[in-house]
Amino acid sequence: MESGFTALLPETALATGAVLGLLLGSWLPLRHQWPVRLMAVLACLFGLAAVFAAPPLPHPVFGGSYAVDVATQTGRVVVLGGTLLVILLSAESVRSHPRESEFHVLVQLGALGTLVLLGATDLSLLVAGYLLASIPLYALAGFRRDPVGTEAALKYYLLGALFGVVMIAGATLLYGVGRSTGYAVLARTLPTAPPGVVAVAAVALLAGLLFKAGAVPTQFWIPDVTRGADAAVAALVTTLPKVGGLVALFRLVDGVFPADGGWPVLFAVLATAAMTLGNLAALNQPTVRGLLAYSTISQVGYLLLAVTVAVESEFAGPALLYYLLAYAVTNLGAFAMVCRFPHAETPRDYRGLARWRPGAAVVLLVCLLGLVGTPPTAVFLGKLRVFLAAVDGGYGWLAVVAVVNTVISLFYYLRWLVPVFLPAVSVRDGGPVPAGGRAALGGGIAASVSLLAGIGAGLFLPLLNGPVLP
Amino acid sequence: MLSLVVFLPLAVAAALAPLPSTVSPRVFTVGWVCAAATDALLVLVVWLVHGASAGLTFEQRVPWIPGAGVGYHVGVDGLSLPLVGVTSVLFLACAVHSVHRTRGVKGFVLLFLFLQTCCLGLFTALDLILFFVYFDLSIVGMYFVIAGWGGGNAGPSALKFFLYTFLGSLALLLGFLGLYLAAEPHTFDIVELARATPLSGRGVFGALVLGAIGAGLLIKTPVFPLHTWMPPAHTDAPAVGSVILAGVLLKMGTYGFVRIAMPLLPRAWNEYAWLVVLLGVVSVLYGALVAFAQEDFKRMVAYTSVNHMGYVILALGSVGLAVGSAEQARVLAVTGAVTQMVSHGLLTGVLFLLAGALHARGGTHAMGQYSGLAGPAPVFAGVMAVTVFASFGIPGFSGFVAEFQILAGALATAPLAAALALPGILVTAALLLRALHRICLGERPPIPPRPTGASHDVTDLRANELTAMLPLLGAALLIGTLPRWLLAPIESGAVHLVGAIG
Repeated sequence: MESGFTALLPETALATGAVLGLLLGSWLPLRHQWPVRLMAVLACLFGLAAVFAAPPLPHPVFGGSYAVDVATQTGRVVVLGGTLLVILLSAESVRSHPRESEFHVLVQLGALGTLVLLGATDLSLLVAGYLLASIPLYALAGFRRDPVGTEAALKYYLLGALFGVVMIAGATLLYGVGRSTGYAVLARTLPTAPPGVVAVAAVALLAGLLFKAGAVPTQFWIPDVTRGADAAVAALVTTLPKVGGLVALFRLVDGVFPADGGWPVLFAVLATAAMTLGNLAALNQPTVRGLLAYSTISQVGYLLLAVTVAVESEFAGPALLYYLLAYAVTNLGAFAMVCRFPHAETPRDYRGLARWRPGAAVVLLVCLLGLVGTPPTAVFLGKLRVFLAAVDGGYGWLAVVAVVNTVISLFYYLRWLVPVFLPAVSVRDGGPVPAGGRAALGGGIAASVSLLAGIGAGLFLPLLNGPVLP
Repeated sequence: MLSLVVFLPLAVAAALAPLPSTVSPRVFTVGWVCAAATDALLVLVVWLVHGASAGLTFEQRVPWIPGAGVGYHVGVDGLSLPLVGVTSVLFLACAVHSVHRTRGVKGFVLLFLFLQTCCLGLFTALDLILFFVYFDLSIVGMYFVIAGWGGGNAGPSALKFFLYTFLGSLALLLGFLGLYLAAEPHTFDIVELARATPLSGRGVFGALVLGAIGAGLLIKTPVFPLHTWMPPAHTDAPAVGSVILAGVLLKMGTYGFVRIAMPLLPRAWNEYAWLVVLLGVVSVLYGALVAFAQEDFKRMVAYTSVNHMGYVILALGSVGLAVGSAEQARVLAVTGAVTQMVSHGLLTGVLFLLAGALHARGGTHAMGQYSGLAGPAPVFAGVMAVTVFASFGIPGFSGFVAEFQILAGALATAPLAAALALPGILVTAALLLRALHRICLGERPPIPPRPTGASHDVTDLRANELTAMLPLLGAALLIGTLPRWLLAPIESGAVHLVGAIG
C-alpha cells in the first residue's frame, strides 16, 4: 500500500457526511433537518480543503486501484464545488421538506460515486463507482414523487441498469482476456489479447461511461430527467456525473486500450453525433429545461473531442479538465436561473427580466453566452483548448464540425436570451416571479466563477498540466 | 496609456451602470459624450507622440494566460493608429448625435461604451486571442444594438448578422489555432509570429490556415459573395449603429488582413493573391451595380460599402502579386488601402448619420418618398451634397486620395484588375448623384410625406446632428487637402508590411 486514507480524505469526508447525516436525520424533527444540510456543506468544504492541502502529484494509492493525479484533483474540485452549488440551489425546494436529510444524503453519495468513478484505475472499482454514482441519482430524480418525476426516475433507472449490466459484462470480458482488473496490467496485456474480444469488451465498458456522460447514443434519459425532476436535481445530474464519466473515459482511452484499436475514429463519430443531435434537438424545444437538456448533450460532444485525441495530442488532458470545470460552473449558473424562476417555463416567460431583475439578466447573459463559447468566459477558453487539441491531434475536420455546431447552438441560446431583454408582456407584469434568493446567490457565484475562470485562467491553467495516470 | 484609451469607455460604462434607468437620460448621453471626447483627446496625444515613428509605440506586454500562450500585448503602429483615430472620432460623433435620445437610453449608452472598448481594443491588440476576444465581443455588442434599438425587421436581421460574423470569427479562431500550433515555441503573439512566419514552408497547411483566416475576415469586410448579412443589418440598425457597423466594424475585416493575414502568412498570401484581387474586383463592380438598383437610401449606402471595401481588398491583393518588384507601387497600394479605410469610415459615417436624420423626419428611408428637401432643409442638402461628392472621390477630399493611391498602386502590379475596377467609380458617382438629386432637388411634393410619428414640416438639421457630422467632413477635407500628417505614419507601416511579405 503506497499511501493510506489520507489520500482519500475528500471521499472519506463525503462518505462520513452521508452516513452521519442519515443517522442524524432519523433523530431530527421532520421540519428542522438543517443540521444535515450543514453537515453536507461541511463535508464538501472539508473535501475541498483536503484537495488543496494534498501533497504533490501524482501517486497511485491502494495497490494501484485509485489514482490521485491532476485529473482526480481537478475532478474533485469540480464535483465538490458543484455539489456545494447544487445544495445552494436546492435550498428553496427542499428546505423544511420532510425528506430533506434524505436529499442531502443522496446528493453526497452521488458525488462520492462520481469521485470514485473519476479516480478509479481498476475495473472493479470503476463498476462500483458507476453503481454508487447512479443509484442515488435515480432516487433523486423521483424525489418529488409526482408523475413526471417518477417517469423520469423510472426511465433513468431502467437505462442505467441496462448500461450497468452491459458495462459489467465488458469489465468481465476484459478481465478474462487481460488477466487483471488493474489498468496498469491491462495496458500491458490487452495489446496481445484477441483484438475482437477486446474491442467488444471495451465498447461494452464504454457504454456505461457514455451513459454517465450523457453522450449519444445513451442520452435518452437526459431530457426526461431534466424536465421531470426538481430543477436543482436536473442541474446535478446534467453536470456532475459527466465529470466522472468523461475522466474515466479519458483514462481508459489514454492509457489502457490498445493504441491501434481505432478509438479516435469511434470517439470522433460519437462526438459528432452528440454535438449535432443535441444541437438540432435543442433548436425546437419549447421549454427552457428542454433546451438546457439538449444543450448539455451537445456540450458532451465538444468534451468528447478531447477524448478523441487523448493519445495524439498533449493538449487533450488539460483541455478536457479545463472544459469540464468551465462547463460545470456555467451550466450550473444557467440552471440556477431555472431554480430562481420556477414558474417561467418557456423563454417567453423570461420577458422583462432585464428591466426588473438586472442581476439575474446579467447571470443569464454570462452563462448562456458562455455556453455558446463567447470570450472572455471560461467555456470560450475551454473550447479554444479543446479545438486546439483536436487540430493538433490531426482531427481538424472535427474542429470544423464543432465550429459549425457552435454556430447552430447560437440559435437556441439566443432564443432564450433575447426575451430576457424585451419588455414584459404587460405593463403591470413585473417579469418572471422569483423564488427565494439563494438560487440567485448560486447563479451569481456561478456566473462570477465562469467569468473569472476565463479572465484569470493564467493563474491556474498550469496546474492542469500533468500526467493522467492510466 | 493605450490600455487607458481602450478601457476608459468601459470604466465609464461601469460607473454609469448602477444608476437607475429612471434618472434623466441626459445623465447618460452627456456622460457618453464626455467619455468619448476624453478618449478622442487621449488618442490625439497618442498620435502626436507616435508621429511618424517606424515601429510600434506604446507597446505594453503582460503575461495573461501563459499556459495557453496568450498574452496581453498592445501597441500601435502606422497601420493601426489611423483606425484607432477614426474609431474614437466616430464614437464621439455618435455620442453627439444621440444626445437628445430619450428611448431606452441607459442600455444604449452602456452598449456603445462597451463597443468602443471592443473596437479600440481590437485595433491595438497584438495578440491573436486578444484580437479574437474583441472581435467576438464587438459582434455580441452590435447584435444587441441592432436587435434592441433597430427598426423594421430588426430581430431577424440582427440574428443574421450575428450568425454570419460569428461563423466568420470561429473560422478565424481555427486559423489562429493553426498558426499557434505551427509556431515553435507555441504562441499567439502577433509580433513573434510575424517574425517567425511559421507556416512559410508548408504549402497546404498554410493555404488552409489562410483560407480559414481569410474567410473569417472576408465575411466581416464583407466581400462578395459573403456580404449578404450586411444590407439587412444596415437597413434595420439604428443610424448610429450603422455608423459604427460600417465605419468601424467593417474595418476589422480589412485591418485583419494588414495585421494578421499578410504579415503572418506571407507565402500563402502571395500564392493566393490573385484570388483576393479577383474578389476585390468583383466586390467593387457588384457593390456599385447593386447599389445603383436600390430604392432604400440606407441600403444603397450599405452596398456602396461593399464597393469601397472592394478597393481595399483589391489593393491588398495586388500587393501580393508582384513579389520582390515594384516596391514603391506596392507601398502606394497599402497606403491607399489604409487611407481608404479611414476615408470610408468618415464619409460613410456622415452618410449614415444623414440617413438617420432623414428617417427622423420622414419616417422612411425610401428615396421615392422624398423630393425637393433643399428648400425646407438647405443645411441638410448642403451637407449631403458635399458628402456625396466626397464619397465618390472628388479631389480635395479623403476619398480621392485613397482611391487614387489604390488604383495607381494596383495599376503597376495588376493592371487588368485596376482597369476593370475603374468603372466602379463611375457607377458610384452616378448612383450617389442620383440619390442626391432625388432626395434634395426637384419639386417639393404638395404634402410632405408623413408616416406615423413624423412631424408635418420637414425641419433642417438640428445643432447636435450638425455637430456630429461636420468634424467628420472636416477630417475628410483635411486628409484630402493636407494628407501628409496621415500618410506619413501609414507609409512607414506600409513599407514595413511590404518588406515583410517580400
